[in-house]
This record gives sequence, structure tokens and C-alpha cells, in this order.
Amino acid sequence: MGTNHRIGGIIMKVLIRAERCKQCGYCVANCPKKAISFSEEISSNGYRPVVINDDKCIACGICYTMCPDWVFEILGE
Amino acid sequence: MGDMVKGNNAMAEAAVRAGARLFAGYPITPSTEIMEYLSTRMEEVGGTFIQAESEIAGINMVIGGAACGVRSFTASSGPGISLKQEGISCASGEELALVVINVVRYGIGLGTLVTGQSDYLRETRGGGNGDYRCIVLCPSSVQESVDLVTLAFDLAEKYKMVSVIMTEGALGQMMEPCDFPEFQEVKRQPWGFDGKYTNKRVSPIDRNAIEDAAALVKKYAAIKENEQRWEEAYLEDADYVFVSFGLPGRSTMGAVEQLRALGHKVGFIRPITAWPFPEKAFENVNPNVKGFITVETNSTGQMVDDVALTVKRLKKANMPVYCLPYIYGIPEMKKIKLDFLKIQAGEIKEVY
Amino acid sequence: MAKARKTPAILSNHMMFCPGCGHGVVIRLIAECLEELGQDKNIMFGIGVGCCALLNIGLEADKFNALHGRCGAVCTAMKRVNPNTTVISYQGDGDAYSIGIAESLNAAYRNENFTVIAVNNTNYGMTGGQMSATTMPGQKTATTPLGRDCEITGLPLKFPEMVSSQFNVAYVARGTVTTPGNVNKLKGYIKNALEAQLKGEGYSLVEVLSPCPTNWGMTPLKAIERIEQELIPYYPLGEFKTREAR
Repeated sequence: MGTNHRIGGIIMKVLIRAERCKQCGYCVANCPKKAISFSEEISSNGYRPVVINDDKCIACGICYTMCPDWVFEILGE
Repeated sequence: MGDMVKGNNAMAEAAVRAGARLFAGYPITPSTEIMEYLSTRMEEVGGTFIQAESEIAGINMVIGGAACGVRSFTASSGPGISLKQEGISCASGEELALVVINVVRYGIGLGTLVTGQSDYLRETRGGGNGDYRCIVLCPSSVQESVDLVTLAFDLAEKYKMVSVIMTEGALGQMMEPCDFPEFQEVKRQPWGFDGKYTNKRVSPIDRNAIEDAAALVKKYAAIKENEQRWEEAYLEDADYVFVSFGLPGRSTMGAVEQLRALGHKVGFIRPITAWPFPEKAFENVNPNVKGFITVETNSTGQMVDDVALTVKRLKKANMPVYCLPYIYGIPEMKKIKLDFLKIQAGEIKEVY
Repeated sequence: MAKARKTPAILSNHMMFCPGCGHGVVIRLIAECLEELGQDKNIMFGIGVGCCALLNIGLEADKFNALHGRCGAVCTAMKRVNPNTTVISYQGDGDAYSIGIAESLNAAYRNENFTVIAVNNTNYGMTGGQMSATTMPGQKTATTPLGRDCEITGLPLKFPEMVSSQFNVAYVARGTVTTPGNVNKLKGYIKNALEAQLKGEGYSLVEVLSPCPTNWGMTPLKAIERIEQELIPYYPLGEFKTREAR
């Protein structure tokens, strides 16, 4: 279903479906921990999809709330 | 023989008996009685009656009911039916089964309140956008009105399209004895919405126009082959064949009887389906027929076009097609007879 | 704190809206509310014409693309013949307030028991950004390139205010998608609207002020700013009508 990012063997708290991201920036602007940024890569849709810095992420779900393209899945505990 | 019933009321009751359980409409003379009758009758049978705020809202409510698989219909006249054209096109494109009753009143625009047949070309060609057709049924008596209502729903469902009952003002208003059919079991059409997404309707955005076109051509060919209906007499030896539907059709049939009693070899074809046009009836006509005569109540002659096209398709010779457009009302038999003699004498020229 | 959140199953595919368009948020909130109320397998949508028509793609539910402006009539009938099924009319400001104003008003007037979600982006989006009834004074659109002159074209229409004050309706609210707080409040309004329908109280309406970066000629974040600074002062947020204190 989505892109499962792992950094150093640790599962991220939020799944990102990068192919859906249209780079609107709502998640970036609203993340309380400034954990989200745009990728250096360009996706198959021609956008720079978002990436999450897992160290900063607190899985608050605000990115999920703001995203118009349903990019995120918050994995939760 | 049944009780005397007003044409409009008879059609409304026939629809209820046929299992229709949603009516939405707007008052317009000479169709209003259908709506008034149903304003209490629908609830009696557990159906839904909605007095819509406009003709446009009315047809869209009927579309909503049809989308849910409920037998749904509306009734109107003149400019009211004009307003519904977008809805009829939508229902045709969405392959919904529904019935529209047009109690035709003569005229253009606001028109008149008198009986007429001036909507023929619009009903048979379709007034909305695109390549659709509707089943068009033309009663000539109150009993036939009742019978054709049931047929209208059945054909609409069989082919998933709109059936139009093209009756007329005088037939809606007059009273004749008629019998009603038994109550049909009320069923939802299997393709209707049920809230559970059982039927995955394809939206207009996602349709494949090329596949749809092929399917449409095939559907209409099947209807033309299987659903033509008409009444005919005296065709085998006819010198002239009258073609006329509805109440003018009754006058014409009477005029034909009187002309035959005077020794004229005339016959008639009374279309009961205007679409599909009863081309097969023309195959029964005397190969040496001298001409066809339409009797219609409009000003420019409308059905005459279909007769000319049919004659061209089926006959080898180039036969004249005449038109007697009596504008509005119900033409008198004596007038038809006099005009026939004028045609014979060459005083009235053919249209085609 | 880390609550699991997943796109509702009724939304099977992402949708084709412009980057930053508010439709995607509204649709997700509707789907979440339907799941939470147990109505996601008991739902019918009437969909208007415009960008809202794109709701059709990837929505796993009974849905009918109505003619332009006619959802008010189509949904009236769908609910009347299926009183126990939830019915939602999903329209834009053009579909609901211009061509469809008669059907929209009359459904409210009759207190029909379905829910209208009207996504208001102050222009006709799908056709390229023409003036709509909710276009602001001076706003440049494809048909008001010099700015909307309200002397000639009328003042921006406040439909929720109209129906809540004049008609016997069950629930009316206006929300927006500009901040997490507003998105959460909007979800509450949508849920209240659907609950009003489930309780048979009658007509419910939620208007959503929505960003249209493409036709406003702005970035998504600038479009959000426009809503906050120019639209909310004119189109206040909140609940205009409820049958009971919620």
C-alpha cells in the first residue's frame, strides 16, 4: 500500500504514500516539531514528496489532519 | 365494461397499479389532474408524492427515485416538458428506467391550452443533447392510455431507458369507460442503489464513449426490430393509406370507414409507437399504392417526415406523401373526407 | 498521544484535486464520520457538477452524478424512497448557490432529511475560475478580470445564514480547513449534521470555506492566508442552527 521507510532498522511512526503527495506544504507548515520537509527526489507525479524526520516526529497526527491527499497513515501504539 | 374515468386520472391509477411508487411533478394544463389525483393516492399505496418546486426539480426527483430502482414518473405538457429535456437526456445516458407523460397541448413556447400533436418531432428525436431515443407511446382512447402506462414502465425497464407517453389534452380531459389491470407486485429494479454499493454504477466521467456507442446502436436496433406497435386496416388493396395517431387517428379511422362505404379504396395505419416508428406496417401496404396521407394536429406537419423516410426505405417507387395538418383540436371526419377528395383531384400537393 | 489514524476504507484511491485544494480534507472528514457513525455501508451520495464531481473517483459508495445544480432534487427523492439510508449531497458553491439555488433553497424549505456539504471556494473552479455567487468584492476572476463589481453583480451570498434564519431546518454550520483546530471543528460540524439526519430532525448543511490555489493564483499556503484574512471575516465560522445544544 505505501512506502515503508526505515532508518537504521527503526520503523517510522508515520507511513507516507509518496506517490500521492502534491507538495502543497500544509503538513510542513503545521507540524509542531518541524519534522517534515520536501524530498530532494522528484516522484513519478513530478512533485517533491514529503519526508519525515523520525527523531523529531511525535506521531501527533496533525499531518494526517491537514493533508488533502491522504498521504499519511499514523501507525500509533 | 368499466366505469367512466377521466383520461388523466386513468393514467395515474394505471401507474399505481403498475407498481409506480414515486411521482414528482408540477401543475400545468392539461396534465394537472394526474398530479392532483396522485397527491392522495400515492400515500394510500405507501408511495411517495412530491409537489416539486419546478418542472426541472420534478424530473430530477424522478431521476433520484429511478437511481434507487423505484418505478418513478412525472407528467407535464408543453413548456414543462421542454424544461425536462436535460433530465431526460441524463436519464438516457445513465440508463435509468422512468416514464414521462406528455399531455400534449398545441403550440410553441407558452403555447395554448388546446389539444394538439405539435410535439411529435421533439418526442421522437429527443429534445436533449446527444444520440438518445425514447420509447414514445401514443394512446387514442382512455382504455389504451391505461394499457400503455403499464407497457411504458415495462419497456423502460426492459431496455433501461425513458418511455414517453405522448397523449394529448382532449384525451387527458375526456371520460370513457375503462378497466384497470390488477395491482402489480412492487419491486425495486435490480440495478438500483441500496446504500451498500452493491451495484457499482459507472459515472459519466468514467464511461467509455466508443463502447457505449456500439451498445446504443445495438439496443436501438433491437427495439426497432421487436417493439413496433400499430393498428392497421384495408392496406392490401389501398390506393391511398392514411397515417394518423391519437385522437386524430380515431377521426381518420372513421373517415376511412366512411370513404370505403363510398367506394374509395383507402386504408389506415395508426401508430401506437411513434418511436420505434411502425415501419413494418408499411410492408403490408398494396405495392401499387398511389400515396400516403398523414393526418396530424400541428401546423407544419411532423409525422409526415417519418412516413416519407419509411416509404423511401421500403418502397421501390417514389410515392407521394401528403400531409393534412389541422393545427389543433380533433379533425372532423367530414373535413378529412373533403380533403381526401382534394388530394385525389390534385388540389392538395404532396409534401414529399 | 500516538493514536492510529488511517484513511477510511470507503476511499479506495487518491483523488485528482489540485495541490492544496480543500476537497480532499472535506471528503476524508465525511468518510471518517460515516465510519464512526456506522453509516459507511448505508450511504448514498448525490454529487454536483464542478470540481466536486471528482468525488466520484475512488469513492466506494452508491453515488450519482446529478445534473448541474439539481442535487437538491435528486437527494430529496433518494432520501424519500430510502428514509433509513444516509444521503449526502456534495456540491460546490456554483452548483449549490447559482444554478442550483432553487433546488437548494427548496430542499431546505421543505426541511428534507438529508445533509448538504457545500464546498465554497469563491469561484467556479472546474471551468477555469469564473465569478460565483460567493466571489468577494474586487476579487479578480475569469469573468471579472478587473475585480468583482458588486453594484452590478450583487453582494457575496451567505447561504447558511439565509436558510438558518428563514427556514425550519435542523442544522447549519460553516467551517474551514485552514488550521488543525479548524479541521477538527469542521469534522464536528459534519458529524453533527449527519447525526441530525440520523435522528430524523431534517435538513442539515455544512458550508466549507476551501482554498483554490489554482484559480486564486496563489500557493496553497497563501490561499490559506486568504481564507483567514479575507473570507472568514465576511463568512463567519460556527454553528448557525441546531435543534438542541450540542
